Amino acid sequence: MSSVAASVSGAGDLPRQLARADRARKLRAFVLTLPLLVFLLATFLVPIAALLKRAVENPEVANALPRTVAALDGWNREGTPAPEAFAAIGADLAALPDSSDAGALARRLNSEVPGARSLVMNTFKALPLPGATPAEQQAGLLALDARWGETKYWLAIAKNGARWTPDYLLASVDLRRDAQGRVERMAPEQRAFGRILLRTFEISAIVTVWCLLLGYPLAYWLSTLPARKANVLMILVLVPFWTSILVRVAAWIVLLQSEGLVNHALMWTGLIDKPLALLFNRTGVIVAMVHILLPFMILPLYSVMKSVPGTYLRAAVSLGSPPLAAFFRVYVPQTYPGIGAGALLVFILSIGYYVTPALLGGADDQMLSYYIAQYTNVNVNWGMACALGAVLLAATLVLYALYRRVTKSELSLG
Amino acid sequence: MNKSILAIALAAGFALPALGQQITVVNFGGANANAQKKAYYEPFEKTGTKVVAVEYNGEQAKIKAMVETKKVTWDVVEVESPDVARGCDEGLFEKLDYSKIGNKADFLPAAVSDCGIGVFVWSTVMAYNGDKLKGTPTTWADFWDTKKFPGKRGMRKGARYNLEFALMADGVKTADVYKVLATKEGAERAFKKLTELKPSIQWWEAGAQPPQFLVAGDVALTTVYNGRIDAANREGKNLKIAWTGGIYDLDYWVIPKGSPNKDAALKFIAFASTPDAQAEYAKNIAYGPTNTKALAKLDAKVLGNLPTAPANAKDALQFDLKFWADQGEDLEKRFASWAAQ
Repeated sequence: MSSVAASVSGAGDLPRQLARADRARKLRAFVLTLPLLVFLLATFLVPIAALLKRAVENPEVANALPRTVAALDGWNREGTPAPEAFAAIGADLAALPDSSDAGALARRLNSEVPGARSLVMNTFKALPLPGATPAEQQAGLLALDARWGETKYWLAIAKNGARWTPDYLLASVDLRRDAQGRVERMAPEQRAFGRILLRTFEISAIVTVWCLLLGYPLAYWLSTLPARKANVLMILVLVPFWTSILVRVAAWIVLLQSEGLVNHALMWTGLIDKPLALLFNRTGVIVAMVHILLPFMILPLYSVMKSVPGTYLRAAVSLGSPPLAAFFRVYVPQTYPGIGAGALLVFILSIGYYVTPALLGGADDQMLSYYIAQYTNVNVNWGMACALGAVLLAATLVLYALYRRVTKSELSLG
Repeated sequence: MNKSILAIALAAGFALPALGQQITVVNFGGANANAQKKAYYEPFEKTGTKVVAVEYNGEQAKIKAMVETKKVTWDVVEVESPDVARGCDEGLFEKLDYSKIGNKADFLPAAVSDCGIGVFVWSTVMAYNGDKLKGTPTTWADFWDTKKFPGKRGMRKGARYNLEFALMADGVKTADVYKVLATKEGAERAFKKLTELKPSIQWWEAGAQPPQFLVAGDVALTTVYNGRIDAANREGKNLKIAWTGGIYDLDYWVIPKGSPNKDAALKFIAFASTPDAQAEYAKNIAYGPTNTKALAKLDAKVLGNLPTAPANAKDALQFDLKFWADQGEDLEKRFASWAAQ
């Protein structure tokens, strides 16, 4: 098209026409990638943005109790607030258009102070409050439910008056704000997520190390075989990779249970005389996760190893290096990109594991995703679920940055 | 031309529900779903409305998402008791019109609520394998006694039920369990008692697991939903239940708010609440009817396996859904913290 255009117009236009042709080419390229960009935007960036927003969003109290929040503005956060606040909460609850708004408010406050759900719902159902003056309404509210005389419920309302809150994010790292808004650590029996995050990293690290120990020799062996044999064996690596995770988890239950194949075989050989506990504990989780994630280690390792010429190793040996030293000092360093890519892939995939630990692990083998699912499905506290998701996302990004820093390279799969 | 095709298609689309109506009924799957199919879905289909059964795992998030986006594809859902009150408060469910269902007085008092009507009574109880265990455990103190009954203990992963059992094992009277658990010291006491048993606990996630544990000999004693034991025994196993201190609870039918087939859904619920249908259900799985008139239609053998049978309910604890709606999130988090120690 550009050549036709050039032949009919003057020579002086050439740079402009070239530029136009270049623009057209770029536009075409952009249009071709547009579906992918839209897809990424719609399925990746928008949900992540929504998740991050939900982790700090806090509209329930501000929407439902505007007068109460205003009335609590000057409260010193000790004892109970002035009677005006009692009157305001009566007016606010009475003004709610639908009981579902009261339900949302009750859920929000209850996740802050256990018991607030029944307090709010009982009060909502008993409206309107008797009495004309604030003092009479205060008495009415206290007569209805004595818990309105407790500071903690009022504190929860005052604390959540703003539309945005750091509370979910703080809670996901075992911190909280006290009555005056200062950040402090949670009470020991409420601290959970710090340890769970550590446990998530610990399990992921163990799985990564095992994948490397098992995957490296296998990938090396595959890379030294002739292409035909290597391809056949590669299919053996890939078949489990293509099988549903649930199927593989169920298969491990059959194998590892106390009357299962593994225990029977061990007892038959006389190595043990009573069955080992291989299931519903850390062992079961790690065995199954290593099995599921092994291909993610082998594939990058293999592709890097295929590109390492065998001549270096032979040269080192012919110059007098013992074979083992030559392997570790000449060959292994050349596979570092594969080790890095494989380890990072396995580690990052492990961090998000949910089904395998849920089905094969005990109560103290659950990883962070299990609690994200619990907050999403069971407690229906999506703010908390999103905050935990955000922590997981941040941890993954930090690890990736660390990887970039250490290897000084982009993630390469060989 | 195109317009007329569109019009015909639209007309057909609107006409279809009238011709062959169908409703989607959501249950928890397993043996319970099979019993529901026999007692409720198949007979109801004879009235002309097709029933599509869908299984779920109790995730209220799914219903919430449907209602919030106004794309409700579920018409009748079986939910657990804490979710009925909570979902009703938060506007996820339709309020039920009892005039179209039946006489409120015929049902157990706990079965009647604004948004949900009880489907059946079930119980979380202690069970063991009659072929493998020596001796007969009867109380929760026995469950905790690993000397008298050596072996692992199966328990549900989570705080619910386990804290109640721990208090009963620690000597709290059945009637006082929730009073004690509501106090700070009571919760501490329950977790402390649970710590005693911690090294012996094998946690289960799904209701189908504990009977498998018992049959495989993985655990000596386990907590379990009573219907699962009945289902296993129907397959020739010899699993036994100790009813003392069991926690009974109800599952409820609800209609998600904005269901396009609300009327048919209500008709289904009315059908499933009749004494005949409920008696048929209890014959298929050992869960108790909520319609008290169904009891008269059952023989002694079936009655003896139900959580509502007088002998079984004698020292049973009713699950306190108000307590768990208030304290659940807090206690579950505390459980996660406890498990990590």
